[in-house]
Amino acid sequence: MKKTKAIICTAVLSTVMAGAALADSIKPGIVYDFGGRNDRSFNEAAYRGAEQFKARTGVKFRDFEIQNPSQREQALRNFARRGLNPIITVGFAQAGALEKVAKEFPDTQFTIIDTVVDLPNVRSVVFKEQDGSYLVGMLAEMASKTGKVGFVGGMDVPLIRKFACGYKQGVKAANPDAEVFMNMTGTTGAAWTDPVKGGELALSQFARGADVVYHAAGGTGIGVLQAAADQGKLGIGVDSNQNHLHPGHILTSMVKGVDAAVDKTMTDAMNGAWTPGVLVLGLEGDGVYWALDEFNKDLITPEMKAAVDQARADIISGKIKVHDYMTDNSCPL
Amino acid sequence: MNAQAHQGPAIELKGIGKSFGPVVANKDIDLVVGKGSVHGIIGENGAGKSTLMSILYGFYTADTGEILISGKKAHIPDSKAAIESGIGMVHQHFMLVDTFSVVENIMLGAEGGAMLDKGIDDARKELKRLAEEYDMHVDPDAIVGELPVGLQQRVEILKALYRGADILILDEPTGVLTPAEADHLFRILDVLRNEGKTVLLITHKLREIMHITDTVSVMRRGEMVATRKTAETSMSELAELMVGRSVLLEVEKQPAKPGAPLLKVENLNVKDERGVMRVKNASLEVRAGEILGIAGVSGNGQSELLKAISGIEKAQTGKVTIGTHVIDLTGECDAAAMRDYGMSHVPEDRHKMGLVNAFSEAENSILGYHREPKYSKGLLLDKEFIRKEAMERIEKYDIRPPSTELKAAKFSGGNQQKIVLAREIERDPDVLIIGQPTRGVDIGAIEYIHKRIIEMRDAGKAVLLVSVELDEIRSLSDRIMVMFDGEIMGERGPEASEQELGLLMAGVKNTEAA
Amino acid sequence: MTKQGQLPRWVDYGLLPALNLIAAFIVSGLVVVVIGEDPFEAVKWIVYGALGYGEGVGFTLFYATNFIFTGLAVAVAFHAGLFNIGGEGQAYVGGLGIALACLALDAYMPWYVTMIFAVLGGALFGAAWAFIPAWLQAKRGSHIVITTIMFNFIASSLMVYLLANLLIPQGSMQPSTRNFDVGGQLPLLRNMWPTLDLGQSPVNLAFFIALVACVVVWLLIWRTKLGFEIRSFGANPTAAQYAGISPVRIIVVTMLISGALAGLMGMNEVMGSQSKLLLDFTAGYGFVGIAVALMGRGHPIGIILASMLFGLLYQGGAELAFEIPTISREMIVVIQALVILFAGALEHMFRPAVESFFAKISQTKQAEGAA
Repeated sequence: MKKTKAIICTAVLSTVMAGAALADSIKPGIVYDFGGRNDRSFNEAAYRGAEQFKARTGVKFRDFEIQNPSQREQALRNFARRGLNPIITVGFAQAGALEKVAKEFPDTQFTIIDTVVDLPNVRSVVFKEQDGSYLVGMLAEMASKTGKVGFVGGMDVPLIRKFACGYKQGVKAANPDAEVFMNMTGTTGAAWTDPVKGGELALSQFARGADVVYHAAGGTGIGVLQAAADQGKLGIGVDSNQNHLHPGHILTSMVKGVDAAVDKTMTDAMNGAWTPGVLVLGLEGDGVYWALDEFNKDLITPEMKAAVDQARADIISGKIKVHDYMTDNSCPL
Repeated sequence: MNAQAHQGPAIELKGIGKSFGPVVANKDIDLVVGKGSVHGIIGENGAGKSTLMSILYGFYTADTGEILISGKKAHIPDSKAAIESGIGMVHQHFMLVDTFSVVENIMLGAEGGAMLDKGIDDARKELKRLAEEYDMHVDPDAIVGELPVGLQQRVEILKALYRGADILILDEPTGVLTPAEADHLFRILDVLRNEGKTVLLITHKLREIMHITDTVSVMRRGEMVATRKTAETSMSELAELMVGRSVLLEVEKQPAKPGAPLLKVENLNVKDERGVMRVKNASLEVRAGEILGIAGVSGNGQSELLKAISGIEKAQTGKVTIGTHVIDLTGECDAAAMRDYGMSHVPEDRHKMGLVNAFSEAENSILGYHREPKYSKGLLLDKEFIRKEAMERIEKYDIRPPSTELKAAKFSGGNQQKIVLAREIERDPDVLIIGQPTRGVDIGAIEYIHKRIIEMRDAGKAVLLVSVELDEIRSLSDRIMVMFDGEIMGERGPEASEQELGLLMAGVKNTEAA
Repeated sequence: MTKQGQLPRWVDYGLLPALNLIAAFIVSGLVVVVIGEDPFEAVKWIVYGALGYGEGVGFTLFYATNFIFTGLAVAVAFHAGLFNIGGEGQAYVGGLGIALACLALDAYMPWYVTMIFAVLGGALFGAAWAFIPAWLQAKRGSHIVITTIMFNFIASSLMVYLLANLLIPQGSMQPSTRNFDVGGQLPLLRNMWPTLDLGQSPVNLAFFIALVACVVVWLLIWRTKLGFEIRSFGANPTAAQYAGISPVRIIVVTMLISGALAGLMGMNEVMGSQSKLLLDFTAGYGFVGIAVALMGRGHPIGIILASMLFGLLYQGGAELAFEIPTISREMIVVIQALVILFAGALEHMFRPAVESFFAKISQTKQAEGAA
């Protein structure tokens, strides 16, 4: 009984707080997953989004890095209890915890990135990584002189296979006879942070004839890109725009707008425009996109750009359907 | 130089006391050791000799009393301070690195700087000088592990001298030596004495005390009971002082009445892990009511023989018969099965094998027999019964201190041996095999242990006795076999002369011709 | 020569660990000062977070439960002289056993029936994972430290494979099993005793399973024949062999028990808290178990106390990172590591000083007694 009462109390409290927040300014919170705030990848992109928001609006946010699975729930609950709103959870692994806590705090606005939690007070932000990967796959094959390209994944999980599968489809679309070498760095969390191994994997793919390699490997990918630059080959970045890392050696980057999504969620909440439901960010509206800037403009020929732009338009219009690995845990190729 | 600076005693101990919990190891000990003398300290095991020497060498700090070195009050909190005070110790178990050369061992801990080259040169020079001065020659480049035990001991002494020791403590130095090596050691001690060094000799062998020391102090139950000039005392007086009553130095026994064979060993061949044959085609038979003694210099396959027969290590070929049970020794070793067939085993090395030092007396008293149903109550061990039985044995075998809870490591050598002996004899086995029953054991306990072995024989058991102490073999055995290089050289009666057995021990087979 | 046993027991088991802890906190405090925060504030949050309110206490007990299991696992192996570094992997694979039992039964059985099979499954799988290193050590002499470490990696890869390919529900992002139904969930203490204020903490029935395991281990090690043999072998393998104790049997049996205990950790995490098998749910608890066993001197009572301490550090540390954002997750790990360093590795640092202090006291006492 006491528990229920406590929940009601907190709920009332948070409603009051939420109301206050809307009127004045908001108190956003972010819970990162295992990688932590400075993982140079996914979690960091979320952090960057929040920092952008803070720089623009002057609204401060709180964040927390978990150490073990039990802290996911604990951290969410602690934030909610303290009246933070909106609360953003980064990463699909948080889904289970969010499902429980979101029910306990029905008036708090939760947002989860990279997976779907179907609750009335949760916004789920997902990306069509397969579409973006498809486009960079096309670019890779068109830039390749050998007809052989590589892919280095981080940890072997369905999400990364989704990247790989989209990439492969793009490559084959550009040239059905092309060869794609696939390597995953590992099967544990360490696979995200092992640039040495990433470099070695890239080198082995180069040795087998590849001359363009795409990574979806977080910190490990830094080593992949370095190896490509050292060998005079081409690398493709991921998540953030990494073109500037080795100008002239990075063909492009498959950018995933995690930072934009975080920024947008906070901005919506501040403006009272936050809505629950699934937000699928794809090519349309640049939720995912291939990066073209001064660092790689010499690598992209007008023909390549035209072909990719056409494919992009076709995917948006539905003329090209890119298979999503995670719908059936398999890749048609 | 030092000798001229101070003519008084080298060591003076005043009122030294040390307790371990309730156990008083040293009580109000006074001792004066004259400079340039060899001073013997004897006492039963557990009398407190080792504790006293450990205090002097800084392993323990005394609870009370003071230490004076060359007339000056000394504080010795650790062995480094002891070395600085000019005290060197030669331990019973050598503190040498087997894989290092002699010169490397000598300089170990006194390297003198980060780079070794200069230190090695200096050490080599100093080693040469010491060797000449004291007539102790050792090849400086020999690997210590390859030297015979006597020479290893010499390296230990040189090591102490290299560190500038004026006072040398030798703890049971002859325990590991052949008679000839022991004689050589005594000559070295003689030279050291003439050079003005002071030697403290801890031993339980009265003959050595009489042979080499100038003065001798006797300890009993933690107290210093007497100090005598060696020339003015006798072995029997010392023995009596040690034990606190008159002791019999000879073993009294009736002629054996051998019955049916109880233990038979056939065609035993044992290889060690390096593939060297350690026991070669050994066969023997022990009858009920007799003691078969196996003599031999240490390391001629006796240990391997014992381990194979008792089921601890696998043999290449061979079988053993205990009563009517025939056991193939080439199969999986099973010491437990041997016990079930009625064999008890008092191992050569009680520290390494016979006891678990970290266990209490009571726990050690069931080691190897812990599976017997009488020690269990349901799934659990019956602690109460185990303790009660252990206490009975403590009383019966006069184990001191009489505590079932004290860790085995805290007992003296003699009392540890009694714990093992009590365990193996009280089991009432048909066959008893014993290795080195009195190694590191004091006179009082030796007498007792010998008596129990004879009792076992007279109770109709078959006893196989292995010892490197020829006196022991000769006084206890009804038949004697001699082992040399893994082979049984021959069998003699107990009346065989020491020379005759000595030749067999040296590997000379045809003694009848001599 | 060992000098142990010269100190009163309360000094050996109470004062010395306390001194080590204080030293660890002082050094941690300095670290906190260096990053510009108030160390007393930090200590306040740690203690408050871990013990100050019901939910904090619940979390402390929840973490302690994990450490008790892994600590016992390491301790049992220690008693046989075996250094089982593989608690992490054994716990991980044990979790698989528990999850399989729950997945199979949760729809048909009440939780208390599932629990029995889950305990068996966890113990069996954990033990199985310890068996190969044990067998290699016993028969081939392959060093168990190396093999158990390698088996942690193998366990990790195996579990990723199973979770990402076989156990993952169709269409799910997360490499984990489906959620267990009520029949596959251990009751939470907060639901068992609603009057007890444990907030929303996940502490569950596994806490009591852990306490039962402590009693069982104590009986096993100090009261049974097998325990006697394990300790004999650990203290003196030659004497054990002389006593007819088979080294192969002891190594294998001890490691099986050790692995089983580690495997039971999943009762708390998998069946108790998460209600599903998650990737990397062991989160390093298996390794902390080594420190717990060291600090607890291999004795169940000591292990419970050390587990509570580490539970406190884990929960208090989370609270600290929550309340003072400049103290990051890594800082908390540093503080935890300092405690392990002082309590485990530098265990003998204060011993000589304390020993001579007590020697002096007893001398004065004796002198007074004599006078």
